[in-house]
Amino acid sequence: MEVLEKKRQINYGEGINRDDFPILLETIRNHPVVYFDNAATTQKPKQVIDALVKYYEHDNANVHRAIHQLGERATAGFEKARNKVAEFINAHSDKEIIFTRGTTEAINLVATSWGRKFVESGDEIILSEMEHHSNLIPWQLLAKERGAHLRFIPFKEDGTIDYNEFIKLMNKNTKLIAITHMSNVFGTINPFKKIIRTAHDWGVPVLLDAAQSVPHLPVDVQQLDCDFLAFSGHKMLGPTGIGVLYAKTQLLENMDPYQGGGEMINTVWLEKATWNEIPHKFEAGTPNIAGAIGLAEAIDYLQDLTMETLTLYEQDITTYALEKMMALDGITIYGQAPERGGVVSFNLENVHPHDLAHFLDQHGIAVRAGHHCAQPIMRKLEIASTTRASFYFYNTYEEIDYFIDKLQEAAKFFAF
Amino acid sequence: MENEFRELYQDIIMDHNRSPRNFHKMKEATHVLDGQNPLCGDHYTLYLKVNDDQIIEDISFYGSGCAISKASASVMSAMLKGQSIEKADQFFKLFQKIVKGEVDPAEYLDKIGKLAAFSGVSEFPIRVKCATLPWHTMHKAVHGSNEKVSTE
Repeated sequence: MEVLEKKRQINYGEGINRDDFPILLETIRNHPVVYFDNAATTQKPKQVIDALVKYYEHDNANVHRAIHQLGERATAGFEKARNKVAEFINAHSDKEIIFTRGTTEAINLVATSWGRKFVESGDEIILSEMEHHSNLIPWQLLAKERGAHLRFIPFKEDGTIDYNEFIKLMNKNTKLIAITHMSNVFGTINPFKKIIRTAHDWGVPVLLDAAQSVPHLPVDVQQLDCDFLAFSGHKMLGPTGIGVLYAKTQLLENMDPYQGGGEMINTVWLEKATWNEIPHKFEAGTPNIAGAIGLAEAIDYLQDLTMETLTLYEQDITTYALEKMMALDGITIYGQAPERGGVVSFNLENVHPHDLAHFLDQHGIAVRAGHHCAQPIMRKLEIASTTRASFYFYNTYEEIDYFIDKLQEAAKFFAF
Repeated sequence: MENEFRELYQDIIMDHNRSPRNFHKMKEATHVLDGQNPLCGDHYTLYLKVNDDQIIEDISFYGSGCAISKASASVMSAMLKGQSIEKADQFFKLFQKIVKGEVDPAEYLDKIGKLAAFSGVSEFPIRVKCATLPWHTMHKAVHGSNEKVSTE
């Protein structure tokens, strides 16, 4: 068994360099940190940290308006970052990449700029019952404002949304479908290809909340054929405060601006203005230039490693964790679809997640306890919360062994 | 494991978590109020039966949450049964000081009894809201609020 486990590590872990992540050398209460909260945010390699420092030390200026050399460098870096993102998800053009603060703002942008223009009273927006609040609340606000209705695709016991129920919800009033690509609670991957195809048969656009998928799987927007895709930089080695909305050119051309201010305008009079071209139309004010540059560096890092290596390794480490976890007494694991990423939500019998997370923290293990910004899921499962362990490629088999040991200790500590 | 952690989950707390006292709904309650920590999912309903002399004749709670919040609700219910509201308010103030580490529980030991078990909470500021949730709920309930209590 030991030898076999070692072998798996050599096969899949090649090219992964944990030493690039300075924070993984931290000790928490005299234990080396075991960071299993990657679905919340990932750690940053020194390459990304250095890129931020380099930008501020050598290139800092405002973008798109300066004649001077530094302004040119900052603009070049920022636009190169846009190009890097476009290439990473295989967008048709750089113009289809809008920088936002994160996934949440990207979805709010669509709800505001596309929703307010095209959604009318009586229209329907289809979401699923397993959405993160960030792909639920913007639509609730829009529906309330426009007199539109939200419809929800239920999820099945395996933690994926039910395609057959989805078909039943489609009708002539359906205006948009907005669903999660990969669940932040279950780690499961939804049957999005079938959903996108069906939606397009009805002429309805689809938004994918890709906050959990883009960091972990190769994503190709042209192949997916989704109309909108939202994700965050900080969940994929990048800095916080930078995220991306991808949208097809034609949709962006037809949408109204998101916020008003500098950068997004073409010509301004006292009482009116004309809008800048896409993508700038949607980027009012000074953007997060350093953040975009840091995100581009993160993408470079992922591309050097290759998304294929990353995915294979994560699949293996997750399978390893799941096998060991399932063997524990009194454990319930929520969502067990075969197609899944490295997010595992679970409960130990008679141990509240909050107590468990606190116990694990005493041993340097960082996990999440709570409703994971998905209260409707918890309500449907009739639980208040879960503990969630979520992995990234820098996690190791040894860390999982240690985690399993501590789970067993916790079960004993809190035993009835 | 750090001693502070064992101190937090000491025997009294573990005992009340495993076998919470007065853990049931109450039909004849005069005051009913929900209290919750939305972030961690603690959610209890508190039931109080207060008579004309402002004495808490009966008190119970129901719901789910972490060991700290459940034990706190359980100990509170056991302590307040038969007490006046005035006395309950005094305990509430004292309890807040204990969990924030503002008083030495040893000084008040004869007065506070089992509440001393919660002094370990002061080492973990993030758990203060778990411990105080039932008390905040009680306080609001007896002082006439119908608004749900949230300690986030």
